[in-house]
Amino acid sequence: MNEKFSVSILVTNQPGVMTRIASLFSQRDFNVDTFTSGKTENNKYARITITASGDSRKKDQMLKQLSKLYDVKKVELMHPENTILRELLIVKIGATGEKLREVLDASSVFRSKVVDMSPGSVCVELTGETSKIDAFLNYIKDYDILEFCRTGLIAVERGKKCLTDDVPGIKTA
Amino acid sequence: MRLKGCDVIMEVLCEQGVNTVFGYPGGQVLNIYDSLYRYKDRIHHVLTAHEQGASHAADGYSRASGKVGVCIATSGPGATNLITGLATAKADSIPVVAITGNVPMELIGTDSFQEVDAIGLSIPVTKHSFLVKSVETLADILREAFRVAKSGRPGPVLVDIPKNVQIEEVEFENRPAVEKTEEPEPSMELLSKAVELINKSERPLIFCGGGVINGNCSEFIEPIAEKADAFVSFSMMGLSAMDCDSPRHLGMNGMHGRYAATKVFTRADVVIAAGVRFSERATGNKMKFAPGAKIIHLDIDPAEQGKNIDAFLQIAGNLKSSLKYILDNIDEKKHEAWSDEVNKFKTEEAAGAKKSECMMPWDVIRTVNKKAGPDTNIATDVGQHQMWVAQYYKFKKPRTHFTSGGLGTMGYGMGASIGASLANKKRTVLFTGDGSFGMNLNELATAVVEKLPITVVILNNKRLGMIRQWQSLFFEKRFMATVPDRKTDFVKLADAFGAKGFRAFNVDELERALDEAFSVNTPCVIECIVPEEENVLPMVPPNGSVENIILS
Repeated sequence: MNEKFSVSILVTNQPGVMTRIASLFSQRDFNVDTFTSGKTENNKYARITITASGDSRKKDQMLKQLSKLYDVKKVELMHPENTILRELLIVKIGATGEKLREVLDASSVFRSKVVDMSPGSVCVELTGETSKIDAFLNYIKDYDILEFCRTGLIAVERGKKCLTDDVPGIKTA
Repeated sequence: MRLKGCDVIMEVLCEQGVNTVFGYPGGQVLNIYDSLYRYKDRIHHVLTAHEQGASHAADGYSRASGKVGVCIATSGPGATNLITGLATAKADSIPVVAITGNVPMELIGTDSFQEVDAIGLSIPVTKHSFLVKSVETLADILREAFRVAKSGRPGPVLVDIPKNVQIEEVEFENRPAVEKTEEPEPSMELLSKAVELINKSERPLIFCGGGVINGNCSEFIEPIAEKADAFVSFSMMGLSAMDCDSPRHLGMNGMHGRYAATKVFTRADVVIAAGVRFSERATGNKMKFAPGAKIIHLDIDPAEQGKNIDAFLQIAGNLKSSLKYILDNIDEKKHEAWSDEVNKFKTEEAAGAKKSECMMPWDVIRTVNKKAGPDTNIATDVGQHQMWVAQYYKFKKPRTHFTSGGLGTMGYGMGASIGASLANKKRTVLFTGDGSFGMNLNELATAVVEKLPITVVILNNKRLGMIRQWQSLFFEKRFMATVPDRKTDFVKLADAFGAKGFRAFNVDELERALDEAFSVNTPCVIECIVPEEENVLPMVPPNGSVENIILS
């Protein structure tokens, strides 16, 4: 049975690391929905968050095969009930007059932020869990959406525990 | 001391105990070859005919010696030609370090002459690869490459060194050879459960794979089998882990395995699977594989566990420790009913053996087997002859069987034979087919120059036999591109390369040719004319089980 899950990956901050991870996904036919990467509190390491889908064998294989990559220092399956998950959306909507009023109202209900207003268009940014972003996009779907862009999820575990906790050498690195 | 990058490469190779490298020069490795000239007395460079041969030779060298094999190629086509050899080594978990030259850093990304993204190409076929961007990091990256290649589950590593890094100077200090990273120990709790299972078993079976040979723990297999009164089935990669003449050695299982070796899985109640990855060629239809057995899966690589088969116990970690624990802790058992049953499978198989007037492929293999010593390296290419060798050759010792099991690389054998012979200074017999030999026969030139005791035994059925077999069984005999009708005269060909050529139509002629070939220490080629339409049997059709086995 297929399920969706998110995985945090701590990698050395080296060129080519993303290629290796992407190559692994294509080699093993892993289904990845979102992929985000960025610096961490330690500049020698980068942190990647992916969301993927697959059955339990695929999930298990994804975690194990990722762990085998030379540049990968830690792989962790993020449990949704204990994880802060966030995604950022920027959407550009063509609207004037009454339509613009409605879009701005909806934006404020969803607690999103207007980041640009130009003649004939408005840009809105929204952060939240995927379901919230989806709900907002669903609400405005009948408006004139010119373009939108989503970052994909990032994930951090609640509480004091960190991804880097049991990675040897990292705290001093 | 202050050294140029290219000399740093030599120093690190010497540090790691490398005294033989296989390679082919080119524009972006000129400096490395200039260093090889200076280090001639410490490193023997074997010039192959093609970079693919160099990569297979490094692989064969490693399989024979257990050490890391090394090959060198130039940028661009040199690097691309290595890829098949690296993929072959990856599939069979063989430690190889490949060094490629590249264009200078300032030209990378400009599509300069003989430039290719060697790192990008290497990603799916290596364990890891390194681009050396500065001479300061060169020595440590090379050392790290050796460590990665041989640690844990071994595999190939590529180090790409741009030309400017080879020329620049750096302060260098020698260090001791790198050690393998210490392997995680298996869980004692799981191992004690495994022992309990084995003790309760009435029909125990060991399934032995290449990991046992790579992990240097072959010596545990037979004693465990003796103590538990178990039989042993083998994946092709594990065949030489135990003396094939032992009555407990059932031979290879799977698609072209021995009948008894495949059949036992349907009856076993516990399977001790050591260093195997349950490839579909070995298991057939996984739903019908070992249906009544609790499988204990022992492997160094946790990712193999749960990949193809969900074992009852998955025990990751050092394989030798696992096997030693099992041997030390299981009870001594006798299972007479089980022995009777398995012996009956063996008799059923023997009854089906085909007799013929002409020289059959297995006659060739048995004749060579009779004349060869227990230490003789036996290499193969890929196809029908490879399966017949797996079925009929009686291996006596580990690291004497050289074959491309995972990737199935036709053309593997010539390079591997060269590497094996150079590694252990032993005679090598390469069983090949007229198809496979055609792929890399250019390496005969290398064997002649190096004066290696390699005897190439070609089973010439004038067919691309294995594919012809599938066309015969599954494509209603539409033989497309498997009957090449080539006019190659292999005796003259051997002669043209400076080797000695023989042709044998029957066993007497083969014996005489072998006597002569084994009396000299230089390459010989014996073309054996075998029937054109023989199939490899038994055969379990793809995704089938022993119920669907084709016996005759």
